[in-house]
Amino acid sequence: MSTQELAIDGFNNNLNSNAGDAGTVVNDVHNHDNHHHDHDAETNSKVVFGFWVYILSDCILFSMIFATYAVLHNNTYGGPCTHQLFTNMPYVLTETFILLTSSFTYGLAMLGAHKGSRRQVLIWILITFVLGLSFICMEVNEFHHLISEGNGPSRSAFLSSFFTLVGTHGLHVTCGLIWMILLTLQILKHGLTAVTTRKLTCLSLFWHFLDIVWIFVFTIVYLMGVM
Amino acid sequence: MDKHADHINPVDHAAIHGVGHGTLKSYIIGFVLSILLTIIPYSLVVHHLLVGDMLVIAVVILGIIQLLVQLIFFLHLSTSPAQRWNSMTFAFTVLIIVILVIGSLWIMWNLNYNMMEHDYQG
Repeated sequence: MSTQELAIDGFNNNLNSNAGDAGTVVNDVHNHDNHHHDHDAETNSKVVFGFWVYILSDCILFSMIFATYAVLHNNTYGGPCTHQLFTNMPYVLTETFILLTSSFTYGLAMLGAHKGSRRQVLIWILITFVLGLSFICMEVNEFHHLISEGNGPSRSAFLSSFFTLVGTHGLHVTCGLIWMILLTLQILKHGLTAVTTRKLTCLSLFWHFLDIVWIFVFTIVYLMGVM
Repeated sequence: MDKHADHINPVDHAAIHGVGHGTLKSYIIGFVLSILLTIIPYSLVVHHLLVGDMLVIAVVILGIIQLLVQLIFFLHLSTSPAQRWNSMTFAFTVLIIVILVIGSLWIMWNLNYNMMEHDYQG
């Protein structure tokens, strides 16, 4: 188990100047003294900050896709424009509510982690997962609908940028869902250790970030599209 | 019992260090606000409650408030010393994004404008 944990967290341990010590802390949550606790806290805050920086770089990626969409959204090449395409606004509103609610339920999972209640964490993660999965299903259904009507990404520059933007967000959500499955398995196996709690924290940043990106998609693509 | 509490507290404190703590109240406030800030611009647009520039301005402002609500209540970003690095890197990213997005749109708008066929009079 020790090797496994070290393999999973090889990256995290590299951040710590004393890799062997970090390995002990990770597996030995019962018997740590203040010295170990400091190391633990330091590793965790470094990892979480590193993940935060990754999220910010992802923000820049999304901002460029948004800029591309803003430039290309009028280039419809005789195909449908935003007004003709986004006729089912209640559908998009439902997607938005589902994602907002999933962000909230993930927050409740984090509260469970603060309290050290594994049951609460697992229940709320499961609810978040179901909400995230229904969001993805609705999005795939919308894409399928568009493509079957001949409005696929190759129809016009507008549709290329639309599929790139919404598709990239959908891909991120899918990655988040896979992460949730893996993390749930780890929590079931190891319980709420320092490592799994830290991973929960990173995933919470990721999930709330995706929620924020969707708010921008909803406002810029859909709301401004039908104005 | 005491032992149990000892086991839990240092672990989660360590893990949460570097990210702000949320409470049930803050999550509920954030959730209700974000739902409201979704319904309001949606109704404004779909039911044509505002028109023209006013509508665009209202939707943009509500979008920005929505962003702030999410940052404060879900990502727990604040100006406290513990959050300084998170906030500073975030502010820097916002600067980069503003330069990239406004710069791109400005250049592409000019390009588009200069590529159009103009009716030169005189």
